[in-house]
Amino acid sequence: MRWIWIDKFTDFQSGTRATAIKNVSLAEEHLHDHFAAWQVMPASLIVEGMAQTAGILVGEARDFAEKVILAKVKKAVFHREVRPGDQLQYDASIEQVTPEAAMTEGRVTCNGEAIAEIDIVFSHIDNNMSGLVFPEENFVFTEDFKSLLTAYNVSSKRA
Amino acid sequence: MSMSRDEVFTKVKDVLVDALGVDDDEVSEEATLTGDLGAESIDFLDIVFRLEKTFEIKIPRGELFPDDIMNNAEYVENGRMTEKGMSTLKAAMPHADFSDFEKDPDVSKMSDLFTVKTIVNYVESKTAA
Repeated sequence: MRWIWIDKFTDFQSGTRATAIKNVSLAEEHLHDHFAAWQVMPASLIVEGMAQTAGILVGEARDFAEKVILAKVKKAVFHREVRPGDQLQYDASIEQVTPEAAMTEGRVTCNGEAIAEIDIVFSHIDNNMSGLVFPEENFVFTEDFKSLLTAYNVSSKRA
Repeated sequence: MSMSRDEVFTKVKDVLVDALGVDDDEVSEEATLTGDLGAESIDFLDIVFRLEKTFEIKIPRGELFPDDIMNNAEYVENGRMTEKGMSTLKAAMPHADFSDFEKDPDVSKMSDLFTVKTIVNYVESKTAA
């Protein structure tokens, strides 16, 4: 299994906001354990989907020069369960980016219905962590993630 | 924009309640951010962001929490802050109360300089400007 919890971007405004979708499918093994008789997408994976949507938005804003790591979930509120067959829409926007960190706000919906609100703080770890040194290559943004931006030719305009 | 100290304190309290997930009554002026309210390093960034938004002020890096001075090994000898370090830090943090730390400048107690009052003092100086 690949650790990619969004299927594609449908909108991408560089440095500002992005929208991604995720189709929830019974082909996903984990749903059969969560739970056997009533499959529900784990809320933690909805947070991961937002972290990927918002994290790529934050990474792209600095041309993927920074290693962007989820540092804190500021807010995570859920309104209803997500089930196989649902298509989730992740809307993320950047509230602030600084040399050390970024804050994002996000909403998750399904056919316009509110699913969750998830706000995140990301750390640019090379400029944080009291001078700890990390490997030079950007291990956060692998080709799997970058290809999400190129595969569907989502425009990435500078605001 | 002129705000009373009470108004500043109330808003700072709201920021800390949201950022740290603590209860209203835990946030007194004397409470230390790390010791009493359980703040971790990333929380300081979050707090700075929230203060900027709440009070519509700009907080340059290292002004409220001068970690560059605090983490500078030059200013530490045998686990204690040197006189030079102390005077540099005091100059950088006019908003903090150094009376306890000066008596016992053990660097492990440095985080006690960051109390709720330190933030209120800082915000007051910024909004009065």
